[in-house]
Amino acid sequence: MNTRTAYLFLLPALLVMLVITFYPLVYQVWMSFTDYGLKNLKSTAPPPNYVGFDNYIRILNNDIVIPNFDFLRILTFNLFWAFTNVIIHVVLGVAIALLLNVKGLKFGRVYRAIFILPVVIPPIIVATVWRNMFDPQYGAINQLVNSTVGILFKLPPFTLDWLNQPNPIFSVYPLVLPLAYFALLAANVWLGWPLNSVVATGALQSIPGDLYEAAEMDGAGAWMKFRVVTLPHLRPAMLPYAIYGFVVTFNLFYLSYFMSGGGPFGQTELLVTTAFRLVNEQHLYGVAAAFAVFQFFILLVLTLITNKLGKATASYDA
Amino acid sequence: MTTPNAVAVSQPAARARTRSRGRGEPSLVRQILLQLLCLAIALTVLFPIAWVVSMSLDTTNTRPTGLNLMPAHPSLDAYRAVIAQPTENPVSFPQLALNSLFIAVFISVLSVAIGIMAAYAFSRMRFGGREFLMIAILAVLMLPPIATIAPLFVMLNKVVIGAFNLRNSLIGVSLAVLAGQLPFAVWNMKGYLDTIPKELEEAATVDGAGRVQAFIKIILPLSTPVIAVTGLFGFIAGWTEFYFSWTFLTNPDNFTLAMALNGMVGQYAGSTPWSSFAAFSILVALPVSVVYLLLQRYIVSGLTVGGVKG
Repeated sequence: MNTRTAYLFLLPALLVMLVITFYPLVYQVWMSFTDYGLKNLKSTAPPPNYVGFDNYIRILNNDIVIPNFDFLRILTFNLFWAFTNVIIHVVLGVAIALLLNVKGLKFGRVYRAIFILPVVIPPIIVATVWRNMFDPQYGAINQLVNSTVGILFKLPPFTLDWLNQPNPIFSVYPLVLPLAYFALLAANVWLGWPLNSVVATGALQSIPGDLYEAAEMDGAGAWMKFRVVTLPHLRPAMLPYAIYGFVVTFNLFYLSYFMSGGGPFGQTELLVTTAFRLVNEQHLYGVAAAFAVFQFFILLVLTLITNKLGKATASYDA
Repeated sequence: MTTPNAVAVSQPAARARTRSRGRGEPSLVRQILLQLLCLAIALTVLFPIAWVVSMSLDTTNTRPTGLNLMPAHPSLDAYRAVIAQPTENPVSFPQLALNSLFIAVFISVLSVAIGIMAAYAFSRMRFGGREFLMIAILAVLMLPPIATIAPLFVMLNKVVIGAFNLRNSLIGVSLAVLAGQLPFAVWNMKGYLDTIPKELEEAATVDGAGRVQAFIKIILPLSTPVIAVTGLFGFIAGWTEFYFSWTFLTNPDNFTLAMALNGMVGQYAGSTPWSSFAAFSILVALPVSVVYLLLQRYIVSGLTVGGVKG
């Protein structure tokens, strides 16, 4: 009886997901073993040929028409990108939440209202605007340098091409970090810390004041109070968001695609932008399917690790 | 009877407690340092926004020749120009906006309507296959929507009725986006429903109301925050959708806002006046940003997807 009611409630969602989510995933696995391409799209076209694990092997051997394609380098960069972003977002978010939570801070509400702004702007707009901000000639970043430091020291026009500097800042294969990475990082830090700050503020305000009093009576200083009272209360609220933020940043399409276009030399390409290029630019549907299967397993492993991590640290205050 | 009394007693007590907490008011030097820090952060947050707004009002140059956050002769010409025709394609802003609005409303309404029912079943009922289905939804939740772009393209492309090709249509794009948005909607709303006490419904069931009645009369009204946030996220996903529409659509009549935006940056930035780009960005962002700001207080309580519970 209960099961029948449950499935009545589930029916619409299951039907829709069966057709447009789960079936495509299964279909994708089949596609990954074929040479599905443009030639197979027409309704009168012959079915694609079975090629076995060829697509998978070609991806691992970097034998794909996308210029500068290097699977290991892209994966390493993608992991590094997500990891560094989330660390900075969380640390900045918590620090600024603490700043706004200082008792007696004037204009706190005004600052809170301003600091929420990056959260409410669609990421595609953030990405395209920051792309233009980093423009070597007309961008706001270089013009800011020109109209401050440049005027002060009478320097020639500063025209650093942030997004296309060919020489990487750091390069120990498989991790290659061009200047464009730091430009992307700057844009994403601008975009990412405020939501973390909102979450941290919520958690901070739920800490009972008595706890601080008790800690003070025990002679705890500011740092001790932060470690013993604040941090354990922040952790359960921040950790799920950090994990969620990690997955979101790992799959963040817009910044890489619109700001650097994956460049220079594909060094800021992510798994999602590569998947997009395989379909949109190369029309290699079979290879794209195999690539998506890789993506699935990479994300599966990441989810399992982050969940374990979450559980391990959750038991901290229990 | 005791409740008003308790409140009356506890309020001054609470106030006294806050007053005695910490060192009280910060000293003047400390206050000034804090203000400087906050101001610096506020400036970095506001800088890109101020830059875009000023650029959109300054039509004297096609590209900004200096950092000028206060244009000398502000005008709304750029807005007029992009509303009439944003790109070289003969499509007006209202046409693009209408197409994006179609996708946005489609996803927002369907993901919430279908999702909340599934979320309710997962949150409140124990049934055969529950664990399996939840794991299946979690598994697709972590996949980026882009990961199914190849099979969706091929499959939707096969649905042809006369001259109508589902892949090359706004409905096709909407379905593709919904495929990624629905698992999020289900999981996010389930997380919220888990926090609503069961007793409320049980009381209703004792009064003779059925499951469906309890769902409509009790759960739905209590879920307003999560419905608002999930609906908003679906709307934003549709309103700014780029990769499916850019890959699927070939007919300019169907083009969306994000597709036009793509035609103004990157390799096309050289041929677009930056005032037009700025005005267009603001026109795209403003509606969703304003709604987002209005729903702000719901965001933390309504975004539960991070929490993974059984």
